[in-house]
Amino acid sequence: MLTLPPLPARLLAAPIDLNGPGHYLHWGVIQISVANLVVIGLMLIAFVAAILLPFPRKRGRR
Amino acid sequence: MSATEHPTEHLAEHLDTHNWTGALRRRALRELPPDRLLPDSQPAYMSSWIYLFGVLTVAALAVVIGTGCVLALKGPQWWHLSSLGHYVNSMHLWSVELFLAFMVIHLWGKFFMAAWRGKRAMTWMTGVVAFLASIGTAFTGYLAQQNLDSQWISTQAKDGLNSVGIGAYFNVMDFGQMLMWHIVLLPAAIGVLTVWHLVLVRRRGIVPPIGAVPPEDENTSEKEDRP
Amino acid sequence: MKRGRTREQTPDSHAFPTRPYDLVKEAVIAVIAVTLLTFGLAAVFSSPDEKPVTVATWSQADPADFTATAVTELGGTSATAQYGPPYNTAADGQKLGPLPLQTWAGVKHPIDTANDFVLQPLRQTPEPAAVTAALARWNAASADQQTKWTGAYSDALGKAPNGDPAKVAAGDYGPVPVLTARLLQLGQSGTLDAQLLAEGHYFQTDYTRALLFLADGSYLQDQARTQHLGGDQWGMMNETGNYPGQAWLWLYTFWYQVQPYKSSTNADALVWGTMALLSALLLLLPFIPGLRDIPRLTRVYKLIWRDWYRDHPTPNPGTART
Repeated sequence: MLTLPPLPARLLAAPIDLNGPGHYLHWGVIQISVANLVVIGLMLIAFVAAILLPFPRKRGRR
Repeated sequence: MSATEHPTEHLAEHLDTHNWTGALRRRALRELPPDRLLPDSQPAYMSSWIYLFGVLTVAALAVVIGTGCVLALKGPQWWHLSSLGHYVNSMHLWSVELFLAFMVIHLWGKFFMAAWRGKRAMTWMTGVVAFLASIGTAFTGYLAQQNLDSQWISTQAKDGLNSVGIGAYFNVMDFGQMLMWHIVLLPAAIGVLTVWHLVLVRRRGIVPPIGAVPPEDENTSEKEDRP
Repeated sequence: MKRGRTREQTPDSHAFPTRPYDLVKEAVIAVIAVTLLTFGLAAVFSSPDEKPVTVATWSQADPADFTATAVTELGGTSATAQYGPPYNTAADGQKLGPLPLQTWAGVKHPIDTANDFVLQPLRQTPEPAAVTAALARWNAASADQQTKWTGAYSDALGKAPNGDPAKVAAGDYGPVPVLTARLLQLGQSGTLDAQLLAEGHYFQTDYTRALLFLADGSYLQDQARTQHLGGDQWGMMNETGNYPGQAWLWLYTFWYQVQPYKSSTNADALVWGTMALLSALLLLLPFIPGLRDIPRLTRVYKLIWRDWYRDHPTPNPGTART
């Protein structure tokens, strides 16, 4: 017989399951998980973008 | 006092009161007048997306505290037993990832702006201590999870803490002690540091660009920008 | 100091031109945006929750490791038994340079592994006659004799196929095999989990003894290393599965991967000392010549404030004081 988990559990189940064997990169002494690398990469991208992207000049200013 | 007197006369009288309360109020108003505490304008040189990461950090802290309060409402076991609890725990985790990411980007930005200039060293230092306190709070949060993570992190971290004598007083394998630090002491410290940091930012204003000189022949209104 | 005086001081920010800005609106939008982002990330990725290891799961999954560990607890040769402060005086602990901070802090959580992890749990549960006799024999023996028994049994377990207590060669192990076999029964039944936690009071939140016993075995470590959580795997910044961990601990965990920290017997104290020093440098950066000049010299600030510098040409911002 097919049993479904209760409705809230189904609604709250994550579509992307990050459990399971982790993915790691090795580079000499450095070992880093892909997840951490993505987080750090996104932080660097956000920082560089925040500095380089032109900030809109408001009309009221002039 | 008659009802016919103008309200400001009351104010003037109060401002002259020579008691502790009056002195504190005068000091507060002098150091941080309302238009500095909540200004409706900002210096024209604040023209970069990097300025957003301070407010994003505070916003993420609000979400961290909010989701933490929901977890506190139901107690430490809830998130292991209920799918809704697990979802709130996920929100707590991801808001912490966002909080620390925003805070570190804010730190990078303020470093490259040398934002400690012009009597702002204390603003920098309260920020650094808040950063360190946040790392401690996140760490005690990992210890309070009651899962394999907590077991491994506590039995590993004890060696570092013991090696410098802290472990004798701050026992990472005492779940009760770590939970208290995580949900009472460290959040209180971060709260105080955040308010202090923000008050200092408002009091001194946003640091001007390196080497910038205020345009002398122009007043401080928005029409100045045309040379 | 002299250099500071010749450099231009930073003017008051309130002397600069302004433009209208709505701080409160910005804050409200930020809170809404971060809340929505958090809802989204939590919905898409969830969060990890690997089940904890218990003495019961450990002793059922790896009875050989459990028994070998129990013998070291009884014989006083386990990591906890040999630890030093704050658990006992078996070692001096680490030093930070000349400072024996670990010793100074004292024995604040006294643990006698033979008694706390083995003998007391055996006495607190109904004793089969063989166990009562074994306990009496153990208590009557000299410390030397006890050490000989546990040492011999440890060696014999090491030589037995798969460390299986049932396949240990005959020898003079005294009452030790009976005691550890009974402890294994208590472990597998889950009784030992409760006993290690209950330190004579009903309500309990302190897992020190239970966790130290678990950590003395290799089962917990095997589980953690499979998840890349080992100290030499940069484990401090990692999380189980494919979740991001405490990436902000990268510098702390970095030191454990390199010399002279990696192979030092004082590695933990050295790493903590190094991180305390670096934290102090970050804290006091505004006052440290050289470090506080990096922003001026790297000129990233010219990008950040390029709008201002374009509208208000500043001849030599690089001469300003940082």
